[in-house]
Amino acid sequence: MAEVIHPAHGEVHRHEPPSGFIRKYIFSIDHKVIGIQYYFLALFSVFLGMGLSVLMRLQLGWPTEQFGFLKVLFPNAAENGMITPEMYLSLVTMHGTIMVFFVLTTAPQGGFGNYFLPIQIGAADMAFPVLNMLSFWVTFLALVAMIFAIYASVFDPTAAVGVVGPIGGWTGYAPLSALGEVAGPGQGTAVVFWVTSIALFCIASLLGALNFITTMLNMRTRGMSLMRLPLSCWGWFTTAVLALLSFPVLLAAGVLLLLDHLAGTSFFIPGGEYVNGKLIDRSGGSPILWQHLFWFFGHPEVYIAILPGMGLASHILGTFARKPVFGYRAMVYAIFAIGLLGFFVWGHHMFISGMSPYTSIAFSLITLTIGVPSAIKTFNWLGTLWGGQIRFSSPMLFAIGFVSLFVSGGITGLFLGQTSIDLHLHDTYFVVGHFHLIMGVAAIFGIFMGTYFWFPKMFGRMMHEGMAKIHFWLTFIGVNAIFIPMHVFGMAGMPRRYSSHYGLIYLGDVAHMNQYVSYAAFATAAAQLIFLFNLFWSMWKGKKAEDNPWEATHLEWTIPSPPPHDNFAGVEPVVHRGPYEFSVPGAKEDYIMQTDPDETVKSHGD
Amino acid sequence: MGKILGLLLGVLAIATVYMFLSRDWFPEVISEHGPALDAQFQRTLYVVGIAFTLAQLALGYAVFRFGRRGKERAVYTHGSNKLEATWTLITAAVFITLAFLGQQVWARMHLEKAPDNAVKINMVAQQFQFNFHYPGADKEFGRTEARFISDDSLNYVGLDLENDPKAADDIQTTTMVIPVNRPVEVTLRSKDVIHNFFVPQLRFKQDAVPGMAIKIHFTATKTGKYEVVCAELCGQLHYNMRTAVIVVDQEEYDALSEMTKDAFTTRLGELRGSFGIVQAQ
Repeated sequence: MAEVIHPAHGEVHRHEPPSGFIRKYIFSIDHKVIGIQYYFLALFSVFLGMGLSVLMRLQLGWPTEQFGFLKVLFPNAAENGMITPEMYLSLVTMHGTIMVFFVLTTAPQGGFGNYFLPIQIGAADMAFPVLNMLSFWVTFLALVAMIFAIYASVFDPTAAVGVVGPIGGWTGYAPLSALGEVAGPGQGTAVVFWVTSIALFCIASLLGALNFITTMLNMRTRGMSLMRLPLSCWGWFTTAVLALLSFPVLLAAGVLLLLDHLAGTSFFIPGGEYVNGKLIDRSGGSPILWQHLFWFFGHPEVYIAILPGMGLASHILGTFARKPVFGYRAMVYAIFAIGLLGFFVWGHHMFISGMSPYTSIAFSLITLTIGVPSAIKTFNWLGTLWGGQIRFSSPMLFAIGFVSLFVSGGITGLFLGQTSIDLHLHDTYFVVGHFHLIMGVAAIFGIFMGTYFWFPKMFGRMMHEGMAKIHFWLTFIGVNAIFIPMHVFGMAGMPRRYSSHYGLIYLGDVAHMNQYVSYAAFATAAAQLIFLFNLFWSMWKGKKAEDNPWEATHLEWTIPSPPPHDNFAGVEPVVHRGPYEFSVPGAKEDYIMQTDPDETVKSHGD
Repeated sequence: MGKILGLLLGVLAIATVYMFLSRDWFPEVISEHGPALDAQFQRTLYVVGIAFTLAQLALGYAVFRFGRRGKERAVYTHGSNKLEATWTLITAAVFITLAFLGQQVWARMHLEKAPDNAVKINMVAQQFQFNFHYPGADKEFGRTEARFISDDSLNYVGLDLENDPKAADDIQTTTMVIPVNRPVEVTLRSKDVIHNFFVPQLRFKQDAVPGMAIKIHFTATKTGKYEVVCAELCGQLHYNMRTAVIVVDQEEYDALSEMTKDAFTTRLGELRGSFGIVQAQ
């Protein structure tokens, strides 16, 4: 293996990296560049999605107030400074879609997974670098199409004034989403763009999933047996398997919906429809079919969002507690169990949909068993912390926050998973609180911990620790203040996707408590600007990072920060031990690198 | 840092539990099955509350207790199969018990047919209104079909008024009226998109799906006027799609079901006025 010293950077390379700007930064096939591209795509999307949610909270807290700035921002949709009901629903739809697809699916897997899976397994790149580049650029196209959906009403002469995009929710239930503009504003061109975007996203995720699976199975370096893989890799791998099996179903559903719009088919439109004063000449479709297809994807999607975070949380808890992860094998099996069971529970989104009540019972029973592997994960995280020497650096704070949010958000699934209780709680704010905690903020905490943990490796500089800690405290308290109260609102029967609850008499004073949640949401959203500032400030002004600033044991910490073009500079690393050899008795330091060949120290996984 | 975070986790856990228990958040319950549903919620709340508090406090304790202590090394262990087996079996037992208990009310409402003496009502939802269809004095529903629907002539449910004599006395109203303490069977339909029939005080909700006729049944146990709201996103004015269900005593209901269309409408208007909407507690 010929090593070439690259004098300009003082780095070691086996072969030259591309020199042109476009090949290096735009159409790059380097997994690290692609990972960063995914990350920034998600960063843009998360602030866009958060901005939409701030507007939603404004509307929910003060539905009758007029705000001058809204009139300026949305001259059509908020012409008297008030958000119209259809604009509110458009905010709901775009917030959900953008967050689920372009943030929660993109950053943990496409971003961090892309960057660090090859490095953690000791590979020079992904198995299919060109495919990897295509995955990113198709995702980018999908985002462009999604943003077009917001402005579709501008291009569509038949669209009603006042709409800023599709208004059917991120679940896009048919036939509302299938009928077109006759079913109301935002159901025509906007839905076409929206579903095209989702179909493109499905294709991109499929390509990515193939790449991840192949890479992890085939490209591991010498000595990196499956049970020596960092748990983050198991998170990404299981996520990729889920994506490979669930996205094609959504792709099919999306194409059928597109055909209902563009080709006059009736996959989701039943006969005898009388919409808005018109008899619809279509027949033979099934609204329930859309729900089955959607949720067959939609439930695994929850795990696609959260599993990378779970893998990373284990990884970081072990590293910063200076302890081997408790029950490594149990953790791997639990991830598999969650992934597998995740395919058999989609019907719990549909208890009240009109499907057979016997089917609901079957789904309900399987749903509650999924709590078992989730509990195993929680116990093992606690076991990892127990007896540790915890270093409270910012990645660790977010990892601990992740465990807390995972418990808070996951445990309420025990209510919603029961058919009986769902009779009251379905489509109330109890559900909104539940899924935001587990799938939303827990997964976002996964992204934060990944950022604080790996930023030094990715950009060669440390993030500012003081700002990071302030960001943690404000965010952790903030998200609890936002989403815990939503559960009790749901108990009171507050329905979701309402642009105002003030007309509902049975809610009494509960409707007004929306204002407290809104204040908490504004404060938490503002706190994210600290993160944004820290991120960019640290890229240029942060303290220079060492190769292994956290004294971790994994392969990414054996190479320079940032890593050279082919990661290991042409030298294939050799792995000698398990991933979490911390505080090994008799060892010189309290951590032993996976690549440490020292035979004198006996440790696990030798 | 660890001490503060540990304490914060404890405070958050206690504050959360307090919020759930600080008052009875549920609306008043006015259905026969409602108390059993609430009891199952309470049972689950105890289990979840205990598990939640223990997990958060344990996390808080670990964070509080096991912060870095000088040069000391952490405990070197890779786990314990005995512990794994213990907590797996315990959680499995608890969760699966809950899962089976959680089907009881559902089974009563959905697997059992409505009793024979149930009052039958049809509901046809549309953007953004609930239409209730009563059989009128002849006690028989007239035939309905989509092609007869005409919102302009107030034939919202599509009665075949020209050919079906049974349709003539049928009543269409946007307010629901039902008798107290007697089972009611409602057949839910939708003309356009998916809607939902949700009465919080009844502890019941069910989608109304176009192309399907979904039968539900329940028994209201208290007279009064309660809100019916749509709980499935159905378009622009979804938030405004609501009406009332008036629960009346049996004599009143019997009288109503003998009435002509006009008398029914007049009496329903009086009833609507005489019951204020029941307030939240």
